[in-house]
Amino acid sequence: MAQRLRVRYAKRGRLRFTSHRDISRAVERAVRRAGIPVAFSAGFTPHPKISYAGAAPTGVASEAEYLEIGVTRPCDPEGLRAGLDASLPPGLDVLDVVEARAGSLADRLEGSDWELRLPGADAGLATVAVEKFLAADLVEVERLTKKGMRRFDARGAVLSLAVLEGTEGTERTAGQTPGRSCVILRMVVRHATPAVRPDDVLTGLRLVADFAPPSPPEVTRLAQGPLDASTGEPADPFDLDRDPTRGGEPGLTERVVGDL
Amino acid sequence: MSVESLFPRLEPLLPKVQKPIQYVGGELNSTVKDWDDAQVRWALMYPDAYEVGLPNQGVQILYEILNELPETLAERTYAVWPDLEALMRSEGVPQFTVDAHRPVRAFDVLGLSFSTELGYTNMLTALDLAGIPLRAADRGEDDPIVLAGGHAAFNPEPIADFLDAAVLGDGEQIAIAITEVIREWKAEGRPGGRDGLLMRLAESGGVYVPKFYDVEYHPDGRIRRVAPNRPGVPWRVHKHTVMDLDEWPYPKKPLVPLAETVHERFSVEIFRGCTRGCRFCQAGMITRPVRERSIETIGDMVEAGLRESGFNEVGLLSLSSADHSEIGEVAKGLADRYDGTQTGLSLPSTRVDAFNIDLANEFSRNGRRSGLTFAPEGGSERMRKVINKMVSEEDLIRTVTTAYGQGWRQVKLYFMCGLPTETDEDVLGIADLAKKVIKAGREATGSRDIRCTVSIGGFVPKPHTPFQWAAQCEADVVDRRLSALKAALRGDKEYGKAIGYRYHDGKPSIVEGLLSRGDRRVGEVIRAVWAAGGRFDGWSEHFSYERWMRCAAETGIDIDWYTVREREENEVLPWDHLDAGLDREWLWQDWQDALGEGEVEDCRWTPCYDCGVCPTMGTEIQIGPTGKKLLPLTVL
Ligand code: B12
Ligand code: SF4
Repeated sequence: MAQRLRVRYAKRGRLRFTSHRDISRAVERAVRRAGIPVAFSAGFTPHPKISYAGAAPTGVASEAEYLEIGVTRPCDPEGLRAGLDASLPPGLDVLDVVEARAGSLADRLEGSDWELRLPGADAGLATVAVEKFLAADLVEVERLTKKGMRRFDARGAVLSLAVLEGTEGTERTAGQTPGRSCVILRMVVRHATPAVRPDDVLTGLRLVADFAPPSPPEVTRLAQGPLDASTGEPADPFDLDRDPTRGGEPGLTERVVGDL
Repeated sequence: MSVESLFPRLEPLLPKVQKPIQYVGGELNSTVKDWDDAQVRWALMYPDAYEVGLPNQGVQILYEILNELPETLAERTYAVWPDLEALMRSEGVPQFTVDAHRPVRAFDVLGLSFSTELGYTNMLTALDLAGIPLRAADRGEDDPIVLAGGHAAFNPEPIADFLDAAVLGDGEQIAIAITEVIREWKAEGRPGGRDGLLMRLAESGGVYVPKFYDVEYHPDGRIRRVAPNRPGVPWRVHKHTVMDLDEWPYPKKPLVPLAETVHERFSVEIFRGCTRGCRFCQAGMITRPVRERSIETIGDMVEAGLRESGFNEVGLLSLSSADHSEIGEVAKGLADRYDGTQTGLSLPSTRVDAFNIDLANEFSRNGRRSGLTFAPEGGSERMRKVINKMVSEEDLIRTVTTAYGQGWRQVKLYFMCGLPTETDEDVLGIADLAKKVIKAGREATGSRDIRCTVSIGGFVPKPHTPFQWAAQCEADVVDRRLSALKAALRGDKEYGKAIGYRYHDGKPSIVEGLLSRGDRRVGEVIRAVWAAGGRFDGWSEHFSYERWMRCAAETGIDIDWYTVREREENEVLPWDHLDAGLDREWLWQDWQDALGEGEVEDCRWTPCYDCGVCPTMGTEIQIGPTGKKLLPLTVL
């Protein structure tokens, strides 16, 4: 393998309904269409060397999904970006590519910035619910996972949570009724095990304040990356690849939590 | 009048259903055209789940051809699963296309592709969700023309009440011709309304409009005659045959789904038609004559298809792919071209001879040798004579042994149960055959690490075949034979463990038999089954034999009369006015020959035996060899 490239891509509009498996098939095909010299694993059934980090769930849009491709001869990152983007269906859009320099990409994805549009929800109720949620030390929620029903705390991982107002539907989520005003929740959530997902936070809001939006939320991940100690927000995980001299371990999560 | 996208209304439902990606469209190479720029608008439907329907070649071909026409647009729609159906009903969202999420009722034509009869109930769901009246007679000027094509449309009588029209045979040219008729009719201000348009289509002789034909019955229930009920409508409707497949190299830009589907590969039809003359095979009878695509066009299509799709597997499709006159060169040429590119090649072939193994070896050159499939279809030599599957036991064992000898570890053998004249012994003969295969294989390889799987399903007599007069075997008899076979295989100490056994029970075949050879009266059962919740009849978890039986009883339809009853030579069959080109006397003679265990050759290699197709249809066999070879690709 001559080089590893890190790719940031978006999952937009109606393609937010792709599952992780759907995306990996689409990427493998796009890599072939684009003529990218992808490396293959050795063995009886060789697999292309493409790995994914922190994929957003089916139905959730994202501006910040990440994967890594191993290639057999060096590629120009911008050329690869353009080629891959042109070979993927519109809605799976390749935003940024860097050559991998340092460390593991997955380790850098410490937290995500989420946006939830709640069509038809009441802004006043949402504000009250958010205040109650943030005031709590612990908000236990339940979710059905592959391992069965799990109970866990949805509060600890939430670094910030705010209510904004905006309009329903964006290009990112395909939009239910574009133009109609709606409540927006914006939150930064630390990646933890078990993962706390935006819908777990919504469940939390229901538990603390009976807040239940009338229709399913349109969720978008706006960013994910190392949690910046000063701002409490995820930074660009490619910074370290662009400028390896920065060195150091990314993010000091504990301090951020303390600051809140 | 423009049409709004239903997506904003559909989107809130999607998080609540299984695999929502199947409903959003956006596939690579899909096309969305401007609604108002188009004069003629087609909605194409494969009436099964997206995962089965999307890869369907017929729909992909028509979709591409129609969208290439100026002022014409085509979009696709598929059967929605019951979870979404329930939500669509409660929220009032109609049947939509996946391309631009337009309501199906807004289109000029709803073209349905039926490769099997088991999609009939799904058609009714789609019509109902679309807000189109189920019965053609109840439709108004604003409803689309509901048009059926595909193999099952060679006997559309059971769904005649729900169809405005049906087309027999290859769709490429007739779809364009129909578009032209509709365009003219609209441009002239729709003279005569809906019936005016149907009349124009019917007059051409190439489109069947069921309501322009009356069916009269004898007191005993048999059909007395089927006759046009207005002047200008022809007595018989003919099938369509595309000559020169090289001029129709579709699909050029295969649809690449995001959702997982049953076929994740680029398929190229290497020829149409099959003249081996297997008497049970409707596909072989109705697609005559053989028309090959040339090796060069195949090579070009594979290259373009892979480039446009990014698929890593190519399927060379046809009814008997190993019979292409230059298949050896095609296989070698493609294997050379894609050597070292991780591109898989597959060839659905079930021929029982050494040549098939050579081909399989070539195709698996870069991969591992897993399984090989042969289809003797009948368990005894006598049975194989009846169905005209000319392979002797000796040949079969020699072929399979060779396969084992060349490193294939797993061989699959396909059979049918319930064939005309079949006895218990014929079916038990399959167990003997399988044991002999394993025995010979062990001797040839000196290894016990070889397996064979027997796969067997119930035989359904089909229209336009020599068995169209035959009595279908009763489900009980099929089931009894299948369990006797199972016991014979499992009970064998020496070989039983090396033989796998897969079977389909006899009941679904009876329903298929009813729908295959049914007449217009069967439509009432289909409607009743659908109204009672029947959906996705091709899926065992949704299919209910009891529901079909109950609804048949309630509607006064005698299933036995349609299935297990043998027909006389002079009985008018429901599809006799639909012309697949086959000479009825030839078919009858072939049926008699079958009973006498007589065989016919393949007219591809031997002289014409007057099945009637070529003279009736003005067609001829088109085969190579061209002598050309595939050159290595210099690009990359
Ligand atoms: C690939 C394939 C499959 C695949 C993919 C199916 C798919 N989604 O397309 C899989 C493995 C899933 C499959 C499954 C089955 N298959 Co299959 N399959 C085939 C195969 C090998 C190729 C089909 C094909 O692509 N043909 C090429 C296309 C271009 O032809 P076409 O679809 O008929 O379309 C043309 C015309 O019919 C017409 N047309 C079609 N639709 C319309 C619509 C309109 C409006 C118009 C105007 C024209 C039109 O225009 C097209 C272009 O000329 C055929 C054999 C063959 N070579 O045809 C068997 C075949 C079609 N299958 C068959 C059967 C029995 C089945 C199953 C029922 C098997 C089973 N017991 O489970 C299932 C049914 C699945 C389902 N629910 O639909 C039989 C059909 C029986 C018959 N009529 O005699 C065939 C003929 C094989 C055989 N020899 O027995 N199958
Ligand atoms: S008419 Fe003759 S050549 Fe043509 S398909 Fe029939 S038997 Fe073959």
